[in-house]
Amino acid sequence: MSTLFFGIVAAIILVSAVFVVRAQNLIHAVLWLALTLLGTAALYAQLNAPFLAGVQVLTYVGGVVTLMIFGVMVTRRHEGVEAAAENDSDEKGFIFAAALFVLLAVAIWKSPMPVPTNAPGATTNQLAHALLDDYLIAFEVLSLLLLAAIVGAVVLARRRDPDPVTRMEPGATAPTRTSTEVTP
Amino acid sequence: MTLTGCIVLACALLCIGIYGLLTRKQAVAMLLSVELMANSANILFAAFGHFRGGITGQVFVLFALAITVAEVAVGLALVMLIYRRHGDTTLDLASEAKQ
Repeated sequence: MSTLFFGIVAAIILVSAVFVVRAQNLIHAVLWLALTLLGTAALYAQLNAPFLAGVQVLTYVGGVVTLMIFGVMVTRRHEGVEAAAENDSDEKGFIFAAALFVLLAVAIWKSPMPVPTNAPGATTNQLAHALLDDYLIAFEVLSLLLLAAIVGAVVLARRRDPDPVTRMEPGATAPTRTSTEVTP
Repeated sequence: MTLTGCIVLACALLCIGIYGLLTRKQAVAMLLSVELMANSANILFAAFGHFRGGITGQVFVLFALAITVAEVAVGLALVMLIYRRHGDTTLDLASEAKQ
């Protein structure tokens, strides 16, 4: 039963991951990513980590996927038109990824696996004690990192005030001045 | 469900992510591939944490989740910056050479 469920979840994760990297429409790719992350949450639940499953659904499917869809919609230039840029790097990338997978599979097959211990799964209570006791410094540093990332993202994406002379944003290239234009 | 099965699943996910990172041209699609690879690492942590016992694996997954979210925020800010500068989010040498 456990094996069957693991097989189904693994198949869902892998098939939707393939669709993430192959879908031409970016919105579809983001939605396939949401399915992959939901499958991962199911896997966490099966691995005796229900808290991780909940956090995965909340932050990834609720937060990251929404953010990604927002990013795709803001930066989309032509509605429904996607750049079909398939060239020879497609085959090279496939060969590289397949070779890496074969290498990893051989390494996994050759290496001795640790004997699984039937330790009871960690409860959310234990997890909270570990986070706020043993790993307290890492936890606080992580909050600093998140603050720095948010400030950095705002600074990067902020629209600067336009220059009053040229009416252009600082750093933007002027559309009237191209490289082909010959200055007298 | 065995530890080997989980490791093979994570490796397959990692390779799919690498394939996407190598072949996709749009910046957002490359971010999605990076998400897949981070997800495979999280699966490995959770699997080892489950089969070896102990709580450290789950704590590590929580930290990795937060770092990934921060990475997505900064990555999307960079994508918007590229879009505003170049009018396109396609990342390859040809679009750089036009500038």
